[in-house]
Formats: sequence, C-alpha cells, structure tokens
Amino acid sequence: MIRDKRSEYLAALVLVGPFIVIYGLLFVWPTIQMIALSFTDAPLIGPGEWVGFENYIDILNHRLFRNAAWNTVYFVVLTVVPNTLISLAIAMAVNRLKGWQQGFVMACFFLPYILPVSVVYLIWNWIIDVQYGLIQYVVRPFNGGEPMSLTRTIPFFMPTVAAVTIWWTLGFNVLLFIAGLRNISPEIYEAASLDSAGRWRQFRRITWPLVWPVTALVLTIQLIAQLKIFDQIYLFSIGGRQDPTIVMVQYIYKLAFQQNKGGEGAAAATILFAIIIILSVLQFQALRARGQK
Amino acid sequence: MSAETLSGAARAHAERLRGDRLVDWGGMILTIITFGFALMAVFPLYWAVVTSFKSETAVIASGISLWPESFNTEAYEHIWNNTNIGQWYINSLVTSVVITAGVIISSAGCAYALSQLDFPGRRLIYVLILACFMVPMQALIINHFVLMAQFRLLNTWAGIILPQLIVPVTIIVYKQFFDNVPREFREAAQMDSAGHFRTLFRIYMPMNWGVTAALSIITFIGAWNSFLWPFLAATGEATMTVPVGITQVKDAYGIVYAKLMASAVMAGLPVALLFLIFQRRVTQAVMLSAGVKG
Repeated sequence: MIRDKRSEYLAALVLVGPFIVIYGLLFVWPTIQMIALSFTDAPLIGPGEWVGFENYIDILNHRLFRNAAWNTVYFVVLTVVPNTLISLAIAMAVNRLKGWQQGFVMACFFLPYILPVSVVYLIWNWIIDVQYGLIQYVVRPFNGGEPMSLTRTIPFFMPTVAAVTIWWTLGFNVLLFIAGLRNISPEIYEAASLDSAGRWRQFRRITWPLVWPVTALVLTIQLIAQLKIFDQIYLFSIGGRQDPTIVMVQYIYKLAFQQNKGGEGAAAATILFAIIIILSVLQFQALRARGQK
Repeated sequence: MSAETLSGAARAHAERLRGDRLVDWGGMILTIITFGFALMAVFPLYWAVVTSFKSETAVIASGISLWPESFNTEAYEHIWNNTNIGQWYINSLVTSVVITAGVIISSAGCAYALSQLDFPGRRLIYVLILACFMVPMQALIINHFVLMAQFRLLNTWAGIILPQLIVPVTIIVYKQFFDNVPREFREAAQMDSAGHFRTLFRIYMPMNWGVTAALSIITFIGAWNSFLWPFLAATGEATMTVPVGITQVKDAYGIVYAKLMASAVMAGLPVALLFLIFQRRVTQAVMLSAGVKG
C-alpha cells in the first residue's frame, strides 16, 4: 500500500513537473520580479537602486499615464458593448439559417478572427489609405470632397481602430452566442407564438433573459481583453503621433523599451496588473454566484 | 364550449396562419440581409487578395476594379525574393509547432495528475492555474524580456517560444475531459498493472484524441498569430516570425499596396487554410476554451 502511494506521488511529480517548471520560471518568477523592479530606478536591463514608491508617484503625475488610462477606457467603451450587441444580432440571424447556408455565413463572420493582427492591420490600412483607399469613396462626400486619413486625424483614430477590432473579433462572440441560443428550447418559442407574441416581445421576454449568461460572459471576456489592448493601436499609429492615442500596454512598452526606464515601466505594469486582477476576481465571483443560484 | 370561445380560437388560428406567411417573407428578406452582411464581412479579405494579384500601377488606377485584369504574381515574387519571408516562415513554423507540442504535452500530463492522482500540492497547482487565468501576460513583458536576456535567448527560437508556453486553459479543458473518463477504464488498466504513463498515453489520450486535435489546432493558430512577444523578443530580421516580419515590409518600399497585400496573404494563408479545413475543430476549441458547451 505504501509502495502504491509512493509510486503515485512519483508519477504525479513527473506528470506535473513540466507544468511546475514552466509556470514557476515564466509566470511566478517574472511576477515577483516585476513587483520588485517597480520599486527601483533600474533601466530595462541592469541593476538599480531602491526608490520606494517614487515610480508610482511619478507615473500617477505623468500626463502620458493619464492619457493612456483614459484612452484605454475609451477604447473599452467603443468596443465592448457595440461588439456584444452586433454579435448577438448576427448570432440570431445566423442561428435561424440551416445547413450549408449557416455554415457559409458563419465561416464568413469567423474567418477574420483567425487571422494575425498584423494581417488585419495591413488590409485595413490599405482600405483606409488616404490616397487610394476604398473608404475614401465614403469619406469624401462627408469631408467636402476631400480625402482624409482616418488614423492620422486624432479624433477618428480610436473609433476607426475600434471598428476594425469589432470586425476582427466579432466571430468569436457570435460563436459563443450561437451556442447560447441553441440551448434555448424551441418549445418555449412555440408556446410564445401560440400566444401570438410578436418578434420583439419574444426577444424581450425569451431570448434576451435566457441568453443573458452568455452575454455576461462575452462582456467580461471582452472587457478584460480590451484592457490589454496593444497590437492594433500600436500598428495603426506607426509613423504618426503616438502619444495622443497611447494605451496602457503601449505606455509600459514606451517606458521600458523606448525610454529604457525599467523601474517606471514595471510600476505601470504593476498598476495594470492590479486593475485586471481585481476585475477578474470580481468576474470570477459573479460567475460563481450565478453558478450557485 | 360556447360559440364565443370557438370563434376566438378560429380567429387566433387565422392570425397564426397569416403570421406564418409574414414570417416566410420576412424570413427570406432576413436571409438575404444576413448573406449581405456576411459578404461585407469577408469583402476586406477578398479585396486584399484581389489587390495582391494586381500590378502596382493597376492598384492606384482610379475606379474600383473588383477583378484583376490579368493575374499578376509579381508582388508575391517580389516579397519572396526581397524579404526574409522564407526564414520568417521557418521561424513561425518551428516556434508554433514547438509551442503546440509543449503546451499539449505539459497540459495533458498536469491535467491527468490533477484529475486521477492524489498527491500533496494539488491545491497549490489549482491556485496557480487560476491566478494565471487572471494575470495579464502583457504586464509581464518587461520581466520576460529581462529573463530571456539573462538566459541570452533574445533573438532565438527558444526565446520566442518559452513565455508562450503558458496556456492555462488547455489544462482546464483536458481535466474536464479526463474527469469524464469512466473509472472502469482506469481500474482495468491497473488490473493489467499498467503504470500511470501507459494509462495516460494508451487510454486517456486516445479516448480524447478529438479534444487533443482541437486544442492543438487552436494552440498552433494562437502561436502563429501572436504578435507582442515575438515583436519584442526578435529584433533582428533573421529571427522574426511572419506576422512581425510583414510589418517591416512597408518601411522598406513606401506605398506599394500590391506587395503589402501579397505579404498579408502569405502571412494569413496558413491559419486561414487550417480554419477552413478544420472548421468544426476550431470552433469546438474556441468554445471549450471560453467554457461554453457547443
């Protein structure tokens, strides 16, 4: 019996070993190091002196930090709720199709999601090009016949990147919503149409409340994902002024990798880290509370 | 039954019939609209492909031509001959395959141990996985970079691979599936005095090969597509992955959209093909990872 236990421990150790090594070295250790680094004045690579909370105080008084925080929140507002509503509408439209029609339409909406972000950037950068881009056929009539660069005109930067992001990622949300819609028993709709409830009433009274768990999931997944936004914002701002449209991760990147301020970068990273952990814990608690109901 | 309720029922029936006819028309219009939006959603991809087959002069010609006059592969030849894309492909392929294999093997082993074995430290591992779910990897870029610099792994395949081995969701999905393997299978294996490794590789993995296929494809796509970390870890053109490398093409040539679209098509094609061939597996994996049953 004792031999058995020992062999079980040994097997567990070997099986869990790779996990322990990988997560210890590449997750636990960097996290500890990040927090430690944030209290020093070290450059990106090299030693530094302990400076206490100085980096945090500096950053919080930094205009660029407030810019980054505000832009990140703005990007979340521009993407999360619109993406969710559009995705739900598309999912309902796709869900009523059958057979090849459904497969084809679903593939069309999902295909962009599978592509690398730099491909998405290159394609849209071509479409919105100020001289030859297709979008200028739409922009010109609104701009007194003149073409306009949507990513170099600062007020249009965030909405443009948000629209591209919605186009890119909605397939994921549509997929989750379709799974949710399929779980609603058709009998409920049959009963409702016997009561001659209209489409809108069916949506308000049946679809929306029953699909709400998925909606909540989609909203929180996106909220957390968009707080970590970097790739699209960075790519579309190449060659332009970056500071007015900077977001949090880009701010960390700028401090650490462009200005060689490892300590300040780590402090900014720790702040983002804390915000996302708090939100994730809240999300986790909410999901658990719902699970217990 | 009174006459009144009868006529009421008849009226409801007539209304329902009329409703059905309306639904048919409305349904058809809705289907057409849905197809319209679906085509609009893929149109940018179509436009990129069409552009890539045009000559640079045709690209900037006025008017919209939805079909190239002649299929011109000049842009592709140019990208192939004048950038390191061959090397980028090798870098992307090697790193993505190694990441996929590493994630699948380490996750399956860990999930089997969590699901079937009793050992000290199980709770700690749970806490670690859960914490990892919540932590934004983007916040760790600085210290991943410092760590890889200390190991002298910047601008190497290993440097690109290592921080991307962290995919906690794979462990959770495997554990759910291993939990559902009937106990009799394991007991039968133990009667045969098969060790835990044989039980895992001869019974648990083969029984769940569909999950392994789905998770492998999605992990590969994720690794192929990842941008931020390879962008930081590979600064030399020789060690870039395809998605990072193609963002460098622009700086070298100015406004050359046929060539840029050719590079975009070349970067996106492998994952697009994977998706089109294994559509069902990909969507299954996406839903499993989000914790939604399909």
